[in-house]
Amino acid sequence: MDKNFAARRRRDLIIAAVLAALAALAPLFIKDVYVQNILILTLMYAALSQSWNILSGYCGQISLGHALYFGIGAYTTELLFTKFGVLPWFGMLAGGVIAAVIAMGLGYPFFRLRGHYFVIATIVIAEIGLLLFQNWEWAGAAMGITIPVRGDSWLKFQFMRSKLPYFYFALALCSLAWFVTWWLEDSKWGFWWRAVKDNPEAAESLGVVVFNSKMGAAAVSAFLVAVGGAFYAQFLAYIDPESVMGFQFSLLMALPAVLGGIGTLWGPVLGAAILIPMTELTRSYIGGSGRGVDLIVYGTLIVLISLALPQGLVSLFSRTKAKRATR
Amino acid sequence: MTALLETRGVWQRFGGLVANSDVSISVGRGEIVGLIGPNGAGKSTLFNLIAGVLPPTQGSIWFDGEDVTHMPAAERCQRGVGRTFQVVKSFETMTVIDNVIVGALVRNTVMREARRKAHEVLEFTGLAARADVLASDLVPAEKRRLEVARALATEPKLLLLDEVLTGLTPTEAQTGVALVRKVRDAGITVLMVEHVMEIVMPLVDRAIVLDLGKVLVEGKPTEVVRDPKVISAYLGDRHAVGA
Repeated sequence: MDKNFAARRRRDLIIAAVLAALAALAPLFIKDVYVQNILILTLMYAALSQSWNILSGYCGQISLGHALYFGIGAYTTELLFTKFGVLPWFGMLAGGVIAAVIAMGLGYPFFRLRGHYFVIATIVIAEIGLLLFQNWEWAGAAMGITIPVRGDSWLKFQFMRSKLPYFYFALALCSLAWFVTWWLEDSKWGFWWRAVKDNPEAAESLGVVVFNSKMGAAAVSAFLVAVGGAFYAQFLAYIDPESVMGFQFSLLMALPAVLGGIGTLWGPVLGAAILIPMTELTRSYIGGSGRGVDLIVYGTLIVLISLALPQGLVSLFSRTKAKRATR
Repeated sequence: MTALLETRGVWQRFGGLVANSDVSISVGRGEIVGLIGPNGAGKSTLFNLIAGVLPPTQGSIWFDGEDVTHMPAAERCQRGVGRTFQVVKSFETMTVIDNVIVGALVRNTVMREARRKAHEVLEFTGLAARADVLASDLVPAEKRRLEVARALATEPKLLLLDEVLTGLTPTEAQTGVALVRKVRDAGITVLMVEHVMEIVMPLVDRAIVLDLGKVLVEGKPTEVVRDPKVISAYLGDRHAVGA
């Protein structure tokens, strides 16, 4: 039994390594910049959704306000860079730490709320964050910040001629988020989180400090999402509140995980691999006046998946889960 | 030797309702004590006060020589109080072994050790064959057993059992009784709330009868069942006079 368990974990790790290696080779065959762009966004959303999944999937605290941490990562990086000349690499870390601290500060009052009330609180807080940045003159207010571009540089993490460096960074971030999840899954924290999600009262009786578990999950989740935000800001080379802190980011982090399988190791990656290319393609091909058609398409998809496979697409691959879904 | 568990003048009021009034009981090391009484006697309330779900309105609770009156449930578990729930609270999306690992993590920080401990407990409670099944797929009797297994994995000094034998078939109940004996033989003190008198009485060393929130009688099971006050509480005064 233990052998099966260890073998399954090893198998997951090997599959992930193979997939990452294949993805790393993809640019050799895919030269089209438009397609590369889609790949970058897919990897980024896979990473974000994987990070969202730690708090909302494993620990069961559904957040629809993660755009706040995404924006904080983006703004911290760019404010430090444009105002103080701090390199984006340090800004990225600083953004992650600030987001984690804010997530815990917000968790302190809000983790006392349960279910829908918690979800509502996360939405409201993210909207407040958005409004604050829209009115914060020093941070560029609604005009945003343009990142001064002075040629390709790994030091300043900016590239004009090729998108490949961004691609590899997004791949690394996605791999990191996956690996952190994989590692946490078989740790004390991973077990505590799942217990808290399923039944907080029973968890408490078994020595789980429910409040601290939620705080831990929030910090890890927010940190990784903020790193993603920092990346996105560098990738765009221009940020304003709406383009890094808008509500759509909160949704685009939640949906891949929900589609692929919430609270599962592979769900977010699988969900993002389907959802993001589809969003981008419907947007550009139906495009124009069809703004919103992409939303209709994947709204429909989510409804169908929730009805047919409530455990998400990964349940197609896992026997126990599939059996449960059909019960 | 001091008692393992002691409640001293415990009161619990919910608004105008007095669920426990001036309850002082003690449980010695190595005992199996039954907490019985008719519906609404305040058994579950007292049980939750001991487990740390809420602090009493008045009075104090002592465990292993320490005042735990205001200690939260998780911390009491770390001190050695394990409990089950009357309405089972399994972690439904987790497998049986994973459910038990959560408990085992209290005293084993290394995953490998927690896992080994969990397997040991499943073996002890007769659930080993079901280790990889989802908790939601267990039958009710197995879920009760899982509650016990999970609590045992925390390596408690005192195990609180809340109606683990209620609602089982006679055969299932007998297996349950055997398990409780086994737990005591492993050196764990047991305090059990039960409804079914004929199953509990042969099992416990001592019975405490609650009625209307107060301790009515306590003593050896054979004495307790003959006590007119107990019969009257359960069946009404007419029967008590007859006895």
